[in-house]
Amino acid sequence: MSNTAEAQILAFVRSRYPQAEIAGDQDIFSLGFVNSLFAMELVMFVEKTFEVTIPNEELRIDNFRTAGSMAELVGRLSEELAA
Amino acid sequence: MTIAVPAPSALDAAPVSGPVTDRAGARAFVDTYIVPYAEAYDQAGYIPEELLDQMAEAGLWAPFLPEEVGGAGMDLVTLGEVHEEVGRGCSSVRSLLTVHTMVSWAVQRWGSAAQREKWTPALAKGEVLGAFCLSEPGAGSDTSGITTTAVQSGTGWVLNGGKKWITGGQRADLYLVFARTASSIGAFLVPRESPGVEVRPIDDMLGTRASMLAEVTFDEVALGADALLGPSGFTAGMVLTGTLDLGRYSVAAGSVGIIQACLEASAAYTAAREVGGSVLRDLPLIQAKLSDMVTDARAARLLLAEAGRLKDAGEASTIMATWVAKYFASTAAARHASEAVQIHGANGCSPDYPVARFYRDAKVMEIIEGSNEIQRITIAGQAAREVTL
Repeated sequence: MSNTAEAQILAFVRSRYPQAEIAGDQDIFSLGFVNSLFAMELVMFVEKTFEVTIPNEELRIDNFRTAGSMAELVGRLSEELAA
Repeated sequence: MTIAVPAPSALDAAPVSGPVTDRAGARAFVDTYIVPYAEAYDQAGYIPEELLDQMAEAGLWAPFLPEEVGGAGMDLVTLGEVHEEVGRGCSSVRSLLTVHTMVSWAVQRWGSAAQREKWTPALAKGEVLGAFCLSEPGAGSDTSGITTTAVQSGTGWVLNGGKKWITGGQRADLYLVFARTASSIGAFLVPRESPGVEVRPIDDMLGTRASMLAEVTFDEVALGADALLGPSGFTAGMVLTGTLDLGRYSVAAGSVGIIQACLEASAAYTAAREVGGSVLRDLPLIQAKLSDMVTDARAARLLLAEAGRLKDAGEASTIMATWVAKYFASTAAARHASEAVQIHGANGCSPDYPVARFYRDAKVMEIIEGSNEIQRITIAGQAAREVTL
């Protein structure tokens, strides 16, 4: 789940920024293009693609720093949903 | 507030027959309760309470909210159609609807369970009307210029500053206020009756003259911890982004409504008015104007519907689709409102025909919820990122 989610998230980020070379463990904030619009798009993409709702308390920068951390968040929310 | 003339309302019309659930219902409501009185609203500079109540009876204030809180669970494509119809009748009424929609959506999307329980039923019924407080005397589209502050105090917050050009601010019961916090920009729910809140009407604007604009100031306004809406920190901007996105969608819808109103007024006028033995509509230059109105109305409506469809599907691409729809529809509305006045000649410059109002209102659409310049920068920026060289 996690690896698949990471790949899907990476694909989404790359689709928005084709010129950027981004790895799954790379801090996307360090690339300088994350603004509130892209953050909103990211949240919408994650919620739509993985059928989860991200609660306000999970909207922390560390959960969105890398594709990997976003995938971990998805995994955690999916487990809570299934429980 | 200076009231030039009392604004009549449809007190003698048949009672509202039931909730508006689609475009046809919205059109019928608007034609009965709004269109005959829109000129008077514009001249009086306010919307009468009777209409606000009739809109509540028709379930128009926030029909997209879930049924369990009093909404109708309306999809956003249909909501766009409803807002278009209201915009066709009166941009001032549509403006009130827009800001109430923004506040209602923000509470539903970002609110805690307690915040939703407290506010959404009243917002759904129109018992509480919302207003969106972002712009300041020195900061409009540029949110980085916000100077209103929210400082944590004990478990709550203290709000200081001033907001300007607040649509519906004269009438609203609940303000959604964006203020600078220690870490970012936060969104705060501020009841109008909070001590330290002062509301000053702004009259005699160019357009949307009955949208009851106000300057709202906050002087040491003490708020509880539950006033903060949504996340704090880096994602706090998303509350603003998401809320403005829906506002932009509503303004795009209202702009489509203006184009349609220009078309209908111009078609009727050119069918009756004669010049040199011919009715105006037979003249090629007039036909060119009308054909452009028809084409742009359809194109703008399709862009709006696409943005709405993407919202209903939860697709991230709806944000850019909404920017494009709003940019296209608002510029087209301004262009065609100008042409509608031109078609009407001197009559078009008088209050005897609605096109002068459309012309003034349309200009406002190019400025609110992100000026055209900001829209072009954003759309071009997205294009530059997405195109691989």
